[in-house]
Amino acid sequence: MNPQPQRSRLAGIVLWLPYAWLVAFFLLPFLIVLKISLSQSAIAQPPYTPLFDLSAGWSGVRSFFAGLSLDNYVFLGSDPLYVVSYMKSLQIAAFSTLMLLVIGYPIAYAITRTAPRLQAVLVVLVILPFWTSFLIRIYAWMNILQHDGPLNQLLLALHIVREPPAWLSTNTAVYIGIVYSYLPFMILPLYAALEKLDQSLLEAAADLGCPRWRTFWSITLPLSAPGVVAGSLLCFIPIVGEFVIPDLLGGSQTAMIGQAIWSEFFANKDWPTAAAVAVVLVCLLVTPIVVFQHQTMRGMERD
Amino acid sequence: MRKLSAFNITALVLGIGFLYLPIVILVVYSFNASRLVAVWGGWSMRWYAVLAQDAALLQAASISFRVAFISASVATFLGTLAAVALVRFGRFRGRLPFAAMIYAPLVMPEVITGLSMLLLFVAVSIDRGFWTVVIAHTTMVTCFVAVIVQSRLVDFDVSLEEAAMDLGASPAQTFVLVTLPLIFPAIAASWMLAFALSLDDLVIASFTTGPGATTLPIRIYSEVRLGVSPEMNAVCTIVVAVVGLAVIAASILTKLSAARGAPARVQP
Repeated sequence: MNPQPQRSRLAGIVLWLPYAWLVAFFLLPFLIVLKISLSQSAIAQPPYTPLFDLSAGWSGVRSFFAGLSLDNYVFLGSDPLYVVSYMKSLQIAAFSTLMLLVIGYPIAYAITRTAPRLQAVLVVLVILPFWTSFLIRIYAWMNILQHDGPLNQLLLALHIVREPPAWLSTNTAVYIGIVYSYLPFMILPLYAALEKLDQSLLEAAADLGCPRWRTFWSITLPLSAPGVVAGSLLCFIPIVGEFVIPDLLGGSQTAMIGQAIWSEFFANKDWPTAAAVAVVLVCLLVTPIVVFQHQTMRGMERD
Repeated sequence: MRKLSAFNITALVLGIGFLYLPIVILVVYSFNASRLVAVWGGWSMRWYAVLAQDAALLQAASISFRVAFISASVATFLGTLAAVALVRFGRFRGRLPFAAMIYAPLVMPEVITGLSMLLLFVAVSIDRGFWTVVIAHTTMVTCFVAVIVQSRLVDFDVSLEEAAMDLGASPAQTFVLVTLPLIFPAIAASWMLAFALSLDDLVIASFTTGPGATTLPIRIYSEVRLGVSPEMNAVCTIVVAVVGLAVIAASILTKLSAARGAPARVQP
């Protein structure tokens, strides 16, 4: 048990300073997004109505609530463009999370099989790109995938293709970019789970004559389930709202919902619609986010 | 003793190769003398010389560094407080929403965080610019700091604190004289990671920035949208070098931190 220090005034500051900051700059902005999603677009500064006018007293508050409407949500539901974008984003996120699992698992597993000293080095090697600029890593792929870039040069030199294929502005490029960017997010939780695995269980299974694939299937995989769940959520949730990757590597057919928010906001200057798109996105992600938080909290408390 | 199979070795080599090859190609291309990115024209520092003349780019870099420095510092302070509250205050009232606000930003898509921050600044009519980016970045990275420091505090040998308090130190004295020095490497590491994250961010900065506060990623993004260029390869190489050094330093500090003050562990 942790010691329970006397809750002094100092302890109050320790708690309330970060608490207040997060309420002001994380929670409050969400409530504002929710409010603006119920507003009307207007040619004004700021470009929406109604405005919250406290100086008008009670009647101001009443007219504020009367001015709210669900029109933006009705518009989202009726425009196939948005519905398709949401589906597309969920589909891309689900499929790339699956690919990340299939690619990340053998790597995480292999790291746990190396000597402890090498493990530490390999973990740092995996973490390093995770903190290195996201934008730059996507840009590196623009270099590789361009028409006369190294990938096509290699394919031509090996006579695998006759004509250099177009990679940029395709779904394939988006998948490559996503898998590349999120791979460390998948490997690290998987590694953390696999590293805790009790090796004697595997030895016992081997001693009792269990084939290796069966040991993996009935011991290793179930025991690493928390890592699989954590890694999948850590990838799936942000990928659904991904903007930079589809914008730089994808084409018009890879329009994801993050791009819809961006263009409603920056190109169309339709703030209420952008806010409504964002609210629906949060609603879609709320279940995975809650599961993620639950898992993280449990992980922190168990240790 | 565990053995590495051929499959394990292949997975490791391909995995690490996949993570690093694109960056290596980028770095090599930045030293290409040819204007055509894909045609090799020999080694040259030409594009770095061009960069040194690009005033707008240098300005953006300087803004990014200042934003990252301030937001990393404030976030390290707030995040450490948050971590102490989460680990040491037991089950206080309001703990659940507090923890939720710490973990949610870790996975929240950046477009949503960016949009919501911007709408807040508009609602309270704050002019967007340098300080709004600082506030947004501080909020984003505080959560990362909190999680890193929290995991260090969870590992912490509490008997050291108990000894200090038995000997008559107040909770505040115990924290400053015992806890803080022991978790300091973790705090320093999270500062550096917070710095790297802020330096890197495009989406949140794009929403919250204003005239005169174009950060480096925003500048790189506006160039990169038009296609690949040798100057951009050079800029990206410099950023990768700076961030890479910071992360290596941070991971060495974390190592030191784990070695100090942790309960003695039996090696398997």
